[in-house]
Amino acid sequence: MGKTAGLMPRSFAHLSDEAVVAMLARSDESALAELYDRFGRPAYGLALRILRDEKLAEDAVQEGFLAAWRNADRFIPERGRASTWLLTLVHRRAVDLVRREDRRRAEPLRETFEPTPSESAEDDAWLRFERERVQSALKKLPDQQREALELAYYGGFTQSELAERLGEPVGTIKSRMFTGLARLRELLAEPRPGEAAWKPTPYTT
Amino acid sequence: MEADALHDLTAAYALDALEPEEARRYEAHLARCERCQGELAELSESASALAYATDAPQPSADLRSRILDQARAERPNVVPLRPRWVKPLVAVAAVAVCAAVALGIWATSLSHKLDRRNETLAQSAAQQERIAQLLARPDSKIVPTAHGTIALVVTGTGDAALVVRDLPDPGPDLTYEAWVADGGAPRPAGLFRGGNVVAVPLDQPVRKGATVLVTKEQKGGTRAPTSPPLITVPYRVQS
Repeated sequence: MGKTAGLMPRSFAHLSDEAVVAMLARSDESALAELYDRFGRPAYGLALRILRDEKLAEDAVQEGFLAAWRNADRFIPERGRASTWLLTLVHRRAVDLVRREDRRRAEPLRETFEPTPSESAEDDAWLRFERERVQSALKKLPDQQREALELAYYGGFTQSELAERLGEPVGTIKSRMFTGLARLRELLAEPRPGEAAWKPTPYTT
Repeated sequence: MEADALHDLTAAYALDALEPEEARRYEAHLARCERCQGELAELSESASALAYATDAPQPSADLRSRILDQARAERPNVVPLRPRWVKPLVAVAAVAVCAAVALGIWATSLSHKLDRRNETLAQSAAQQERIAQLLARPDSKIVPTAHGTIALVVTGTGDAALVVRDLPDPGPDLTYEAWVADGGAPRPAGLFRGGNVVAVPLDQPVRKGATVLVTKEQKGGTRAPTSPPLITVPYRVQS
C-alpha cells in the first residue's frame, strides 16, 4: 500500500513488509523511509488515540520507528508479521508515555480527528477500509470483552488496574482479554479480496 | 509463579497490560515456552489490528524527516553485508535467507529446517556477499517466474542471481550447473549444490530476452549442457 515519496528509489514497491524489515536490519535507510510510508499513519493514529496529544503521539511514533531501526535484527519473520511487530513497538512507547504522563482516561475519545486526505487516494481508501473492517469486528464482541480490550489497548491500563476499576477479579479480566482477542482474530480472519492462500509449485519444468 | 499462571498472561502481554515486573517474568518464561510463543504471535496480531480502528490523521509533515535524520545519526559507520538478524553460526545461509524473504519465496517451514545447520547450503562467503550487494542495488529487480520456489533477480547492468528453495542434493559426484542462453549456445554461469535456500550469483550477464537454465552435471561442471534443463527461467522482454 505504501507510497514512496521524495528522493527514495521505488525499488521497495514490490517487497513484502517482512522483506523491508530484512533490509532495515542491514541499516538500509530507505527501508526505514518505506516502512514509515507504509505504517506511519496507522502508527500515529494509534499513538494519538492513546496519548490524546499530537506532540506526545509524534514522540511515541518516532521512538517506535527508531526502536525498529535499532532492533530490526531481532525481528523473526516466522513469529509474526512485520506490521504487527512495528505497531507493537509504537504501542509500547505510547503506553509507556501515557503512564508516565498519567494522561490515562477511561472515557471514549470525544473529539474525532478529521481524517485528512493524503497525497495518495489509495492509502486513504485502504486505511478507511481497514478501519471499517476492524471497527465492525470490534462491534461484534460482547460488551465486556470489548471494554477490556479498549481500556487496555487504547487506555493504557494494566490488568490489575482494570480489575480494580471494574470491581472484578484479575482472573476475570484476563479471561475477557484472552477471549476478546481470540474472537477478534476469528472475526478478522475472513479473507480479504485478493488474498488467496499462496501455494508452492514444483520447481521442475 | 507457576507455568500455568504465566501462560495466562499472554493476552495481557499482547495488549501491553502487564505491570513491569509481571512483564519481565512473562518474557523470561516466553523465551523457553513454545506454546506461549505461538499463542502470543496470534494474539499480538489481533491486538495490533486494533491500531487500524482509530482515525488516521496525518502526523506533521516533518515527522518523517525527523525520524530519518535521527536514524542517520545513529547509523553504524560500516553497513554489515550480512543481515544482523541471523546468528553468526548460521550466517553463511543468512544472505540466501534474506534473499528468499526479499524475493517472496520464503516459507515459514524453512526456518525449522535451517535450524539443522548441516542441511543448509554450503556457499562461500564471497558468493554470499555478491548476493547481498546485488539485492542492495537500487536498480535490482525481480523477474517473476512461474514457480513459487524460484526467483531471478537482475540489475540494469545484467548482473543477476538465481534463488531457489527446497532444491534436493544433486547426488554423489554430481553438481547443479547454471547456464545463460542469450540467442546462442548456453554459457556456463556457475556451479552449485542443493539446499533449503540456494542463492547463486550468475557468472554471465542476464539481459532481456535471455533464459536462465539449470542442469545436473558431473562434478566440476561441463562446457555445454549434457542433460535437459531442470529449471528454465526466461527473462522476457516484457517483464
